[in-house]
Amino acid sequence: MNGIEVENISKSFGDTLALDALSFKVAQGERFGLLGPDGAGKSTLFKILTTLLLPDAGRATVAGWDIDKDFKEIRRHVGYMPGKFSLYQDLSVSENLNFFATIFGTTIKANYHLIKPIYEQIEPFRDRRAGALSGGMKQKLALCCALIHQPKVLFLDEPTTGVDAVSRDEFWAMLAQLKDAGITILVSTPYMDEAERCERVALLQTGKILALDRPQTIVGNFTEPLWAIRADNYYQLLLDLRKAPFSQRVEVFGEFLHLTARPATTGEEITTYAEHCGHGNILLKPAEATIEDVFLALM
Amino acid sequence: MISNAITASNLTKKFGNFTAVDNITFNVKRGEVFGFLGANGAGKTTAIKMLIGLSKPSGGEATVAGLNLMTQSEKIKERIGYMSQKFSLYEDLTIRQNINFYGGVYGLKRKDIRTKTADILAELQLEDKADEKVGGLPLGWKQRLSFSVANVHDPDVVFLDEPTGGVDPATRRQFWEMIYAAASGGRTIFVTTHYMDEAEYCDRISIMVAGKIAALGTPGELKERFAAKSMDEVFLRLVR
Amino acid sequence: MRSFLAFVRKEFYHILRDTRTLLIILGMPIAQVLIFGYAVTNEFRNAPIAVIDQSHDELSRELINEITATGYFNLIEQPPTTDQLDALFRSGDVKLGIIIPPNFEEDFFRQKLTSLQLVADGSDPNYATTLINYSTQIIGSFQQRYAGGPARYQIGVETQLVYNPLLINAYNFIPGVVAIILLLISAMMTSLTIAKEKEMGTMDLLLVSPLSPVTIILGKVTPYVFLAMINAIIILVMGYFIFEVPVVGSLVLLFAFCLLYVLTALSLGIFISTKAASQQAAMMGSLFTLLMPSMLLSGFIFPIDSMPWPLQQISKIIPATYFIELLKGVMLKGLGREFLWQPAVVLAGMTIVLLLLSWVNFKVRTK
Repeated sequence: MNGIEVENISKSFGDTLALDALSFKVAQGERFGLLGPDGAGKSTLFKILTTLLLPDAGRATVAGWDIDKDFKEIRRHVGYMPGKFSLYQDLSVSENLNFFATIFGTTIKANYHLIKPIYEQIEPFRDRRAGALSGGMKQKLALCCALIHQPKVLFLDEPTTGVDAVSRDEFWAMLAQLKDAGITILVSTPYMDEAERCERVALLQTGKILALDRPQTIVGNFTEPLWAIRADNYYQLLLDLRKAPFSQRVEVFGEFLHLTARPATTGEEITTYAEHCGHGNILLKPAEATIEDVFLALM
Repeated sequence: MISNAITASNLTKKFGNFTAVDNITFNVKRGEVFGFLGANGAGKTTAIKMLIGLSKPSGGEATVAGLNLMTQSEKIKERIGYMSQKFSLYEDLTIRQNINFYGGVYGLKRKDIRTKTADILAELQLEDKADEKVGGLPLGWKQRLSFSVANVHDPDVVFLDEPTGGVDPATRRQFWEMIYAAASGGRTIFVTTHYMDEAEYCDRISIMVAGKIAALGTPGELKERFAAKSMDEVFLRLVR
Repeated sequence: MRSFLAFVRKEFYHILRDTRTLLIILGMPIAQVLIFGYAVTNEFRNAPIAVIDQSHDELSRELINEITATGYFNLIEQPPTTDQLDALFRSGDVKLGIIIPPNFEEDFFRQKLTSLQLVADGSDPNYATTLINYSTQIIGSFQQRYAGGPARYQIGVETQLVYNPLLINAYNFIPGVVAIILLLISAMMTSLTIAKEKEMGTMDLLLVSPLSPVTIILGKVTPYVFLAMINAIIILVMGYFIFEVPVVGSLVLLFAFCLLYVLTALSLGIFISTKAASQQAAMMGSLFTLLMPSMLLSGFIFPIDSMPWPLQQISKIIPATYFIELLKGVMLKGLGREFLWQPAVVLAGMTIVLLLLSWVNFKVRTK
């Protein structure tokens, strides 16, 4: 049985098509990432799979249950962490956790083994009100609350948005630990660099899947010649390279520009061109594609 | 022409016993894209509030656009632009009304506002949407429009507070290209963010940890110094 | 049941930790009662009055002298007709008018019966009552002196209030305040707190849990039943001890009606919250569709009988109208069930309809 099965799910809001005949499967116990910008349809998909929203067309199952017919079963057996921090700010850490344990008919004690590694980090603040926690702490508490009833499937909608790099790193490490518990995890993120933290990812843009595979495979499928280049005048170099006959695409990429060249373009050709344009301190090297390169190429 | 758009020496801000910003010293060159990074609660926001004249320093000195922060903070406000993801544009006003409003706020003449509006609309290719409400625009367009609006009075320094969260890679690049274009025209760009991959786009960056500047340099230098592949790693090494 | 209790406990945490709101909730009835009760001071001097003397005889002049000599009243004018008196009221120059009928002296001594008319500006009701009370007393002692005893000759005093024929006094405003406060707490607070869960996103979490919608709703409203009843008691006790508003009828019946009305108001609040997505929408919704009409059209401030026909129809669909009727019936008239079943049935019917509407409108899924 698959953790999640989605078949031709579509959903529109007025004239906007939020999800366009989406299909994919997530194996039980898999950590599956949905990568895409705001407006790609990530949250809509989460609401459909958590049975908060009905799709216009298509069908889906979560832990084998149908999202329409068996929504009550699903609600009993999934954990959901919405995009926005959605706990009671005026309740303390332990009160929030207790509350969510009780409404799922369980206790903190019964499932403590599951949340232990995470809860230990926030336990020193157990009497602090949730509203007064830092971003990273809130996120950990929200994860605890979503896990406390030992769900079969965990839905995490942009859990790392608005959280600093350290907390993000810790958060992904915690998700990796949950692998042992056999919990299926569907997690979304707008940050391309988080793709490698998932076993498989789907790149989502305006309600469609651009690519779906293991992150390494997705990146490996990018076979066009890719160069990283920079010079003293970064911006002028960008403008100049866009006019070059050998350029397919030039994008800013942090310190370097990423130049997708036409096949059989040599490094020398590029350097000569840049020198010819009057650039100094040119540094050119072959580049390894990242998920972002793939995303840009597919859009 | 001044060569430093921002100078800060021993800038300090205390709240009671708590030192939020602790003797920070740095310079930002004119036309530079400067990244100002730090974890949540590292003192980033307090520092930027001092630089834009919203909070009075407890000690130290600073100049912004050649003006003294202690004595000329009102003048500084005329010379800087500010854009944040949370606040900037009025969603229920049209694009044109937003530009007009901010032009008016900065005391531009009506004629100048008109030409500015035309320029911005042309640059963003929004001429045919000028009378549509901002609320209906895609996020990427809103961000670019906010940036243009923050530049409406040709400020010397533009402060960007977490400017590009949540947009797709292509939209993000369009935004950075606008920033580079502005910087290559001599405008200084001061970016605060806690997304480290955004830092890679800056000419130089400083990383604040617990009220102090823990590292300062180009992204390349910092990655080399900390033997890290990405700015994320640099940050993790610094903070842990 | 365990999760319901956990829910109620959580709800009490919310209420008790938001001390500002809690203070407002508990302070509001006290403030309202005091404002209505004491807003206008009873002390006065030199109140401007006008007298229409249609008799022009010895006795009428004596009476006018007697009234003005006390120092409480200042005779401004003696208009010849009632139309002119009306104009004086409208301009606010005069607060009390005394109309002395023709043949005042003759009727007084010969038929041993005559009548005076007192007209007061009821737009300032407390002031008006005070003026009437003072002048009636003066007239009373005047007749005793001239008639040499209370029983033999009589001046009947006929009072009439312009602009606000039905006075708001303690008998009136205590039931009114109870109606408004219970409505505020039950309808507005519950719709606000449900809207808050939606706004914070916690409603999604509750929905994606085994909790049934009924448990969620009941859990949210139960604490407010307590708060509302506490407030009802505060107001009734203040009314009894400070303004001497008695409860003539059965206390049990009184509280039963309060509870019924609280249920109606709660179902209204639940209904509003099924419609309102944000706290702001819930606030505006309850202010304009509940509070304003209940203040103005329920008979609390303006009597229903003197309203134009369309407004009278609106007053019939306002729960407060029936509740005030019930309260007055029990508190002031001491009526029992047999006389009050009708408005009670109307309230119960409203509650059932509102709950059904909410049931239909409540989304187990969001938009």
